[in-house]
Amino acid sequence: MPKLPAPPVPAPLKAPPARPGEGNGKVAPVDHGRNAGVAVVDWVDERTSLSGGARWLMFRKVPKGTNWFYTLGSATMFAFLSQAVTGVFLAMYYRPDPSGGAYESIRHVTNEVFLGQFVRGMHKWGSSVMVILVFLHMGRTFFFGAYKYPRELNWVIGVVLLILTMLMSFTGYLLPFDQRAYWATIVGTNINGTGPLLGPYLSDFLRAGPEFGATTLSRFYAIHMLLVPGAIAALIGAHLYLVTKLGTTAPPWLKAEKDPELRKAEA
Amino acid sequence: MPGAFEGETVTRRRFMNIGGQAAGGIAAASFLLPALGFAIGPIFKEAPHTWETVGPIGDFPDNNYIPTVITITPGVGEAGKTTVYVRKRNPAIDTDRADRDAAFIAISTRCAHLGCPVRWVGAAERFICPCHGGVYDLLGRRVGGPPVRPLDRFYTRVREGYVQIGPRYSVNSELERFSPRDPGEPIDGLGQYAYPSRPSARKL
Repeated sequence: MPKLPAPPVPAPLKAPPARPGEGNGKVAPVDHGRNAGVAVVDWVDERTSLSGGARWLMFRKVPKGTNWFYTLGSATMFAFLSQAVTGVFLAMYYRPDPSGGAYESIRHVTNEVFLGQFVRGMHKWGSSVMVILVFLHMGRTFFFGAYKYPRELNWVIGVVLLILTMLMSFTGYLLPFDQRAYWATIVGTNINGTGPLLGPYLSDFLRAGPEFGATTLSRFYAIHMLLVPGAIAALIGAHLYLVTKLGTTAPPWLKAEKDPELRKAEA
Repeated sequence: MPGAFEGETVTRRRFMNIGGQAAGGIAAASFLLPALGFAIGPIFKEAPHTWETVGPIGDFPDNNYIPTVITITPGVGEAGKTTVYVRKRNPAIDTDRADRDAAFIAISTRCAHLGCPVRWVGAAERFICPCHGGVYDLLGRRVGGPPVRPLDRFYTRVREGYVQIGPRYSVNSELERFSPRDPGEPIDGLGQYAYPSRPSARKL
């Protein structure tokens, strides 16, 4: 079996090779213990070849001039992960019941559950953070020209992710089911309804009928916590694949370095 | 047919390929189509018409509105209720068609802009919307702000001395009756052609 190339570990962290004469070919139990982690990883890798993919994903070349602006995409992804985790735990308490249960369950989470106010606050404020980060990330991509060939498809996926993030904000806003949530959703669905020709059908679909009805809240809840997060997670996967495949761009203020031979020939 | 066996019109590889694709397509459609129909079904459902009693005819003067509360959507508590302003028809000011459906005027509080709840301000004799500044006069006609048509109305009828409120209808700027429209859909001018009638709110 061909040996995998060694990962680029810094020299001080590498284990020194055994000195001649030491060990006598015997392996002490402590060495077994030391190698247990490596052995487990090897066992999995021998059966999945995952390490090649992991190395492809993580140890890749980045252009000169890469700076803090390039972290906005990861920041957005961590905002999404934070929303996903806090959302899962909020769903354990939430009841999408329009005749009082929804508001009561949110009140219960906020006022009575241990750390409930904190987790709900993370979800509530984190949603704004995510929208802001999405726009900053989009601005970075635009002003650095990182949407150009061959990265157009990644821009398109990013735009779909932006729309899905907006849809998350829209559907999530109804869930506390207080006056603000209710009337904002009335206005929001009616804004959707003003689209020509298809608008009325769209608002009927969102409300599940011509008026705000018994299943509107559960419909928004299902879209908010099942439909859209699944789509966002899948598209983030595609987004990251393309970033890894195509690499990142250098900032626009860096000029391409000419080949020294070529420069000599031009002179 | 090149590559096919004697007497056969398609290669077996191609036949298996098409058959496999078709089986997969049928299997996917058998759960996707019902799920899709389930999700968009409410678009094609017609809302039932109901009549709700709001009070004896003596409660409603002909020069001022009385707020009443009716249930638009049953089963969702407060979220399914809406306020309706009711008054007796006044021949001196009401210019719309006077028939048995309009012995009482019932004005919807759903703003014709984006659906916020308007309130009747008696001192100004105006309906005013808190969200985006829509203003309507005594008859519900737009006099200011972004709304595209007058306030909706409800059919009314009198049963055994009590006023009942029925289905919603929309009116144009001449207060002629039209099938109920969603907020933001104009009835006058070119805008009326941008919003088709839909099954959930058909013509009455």
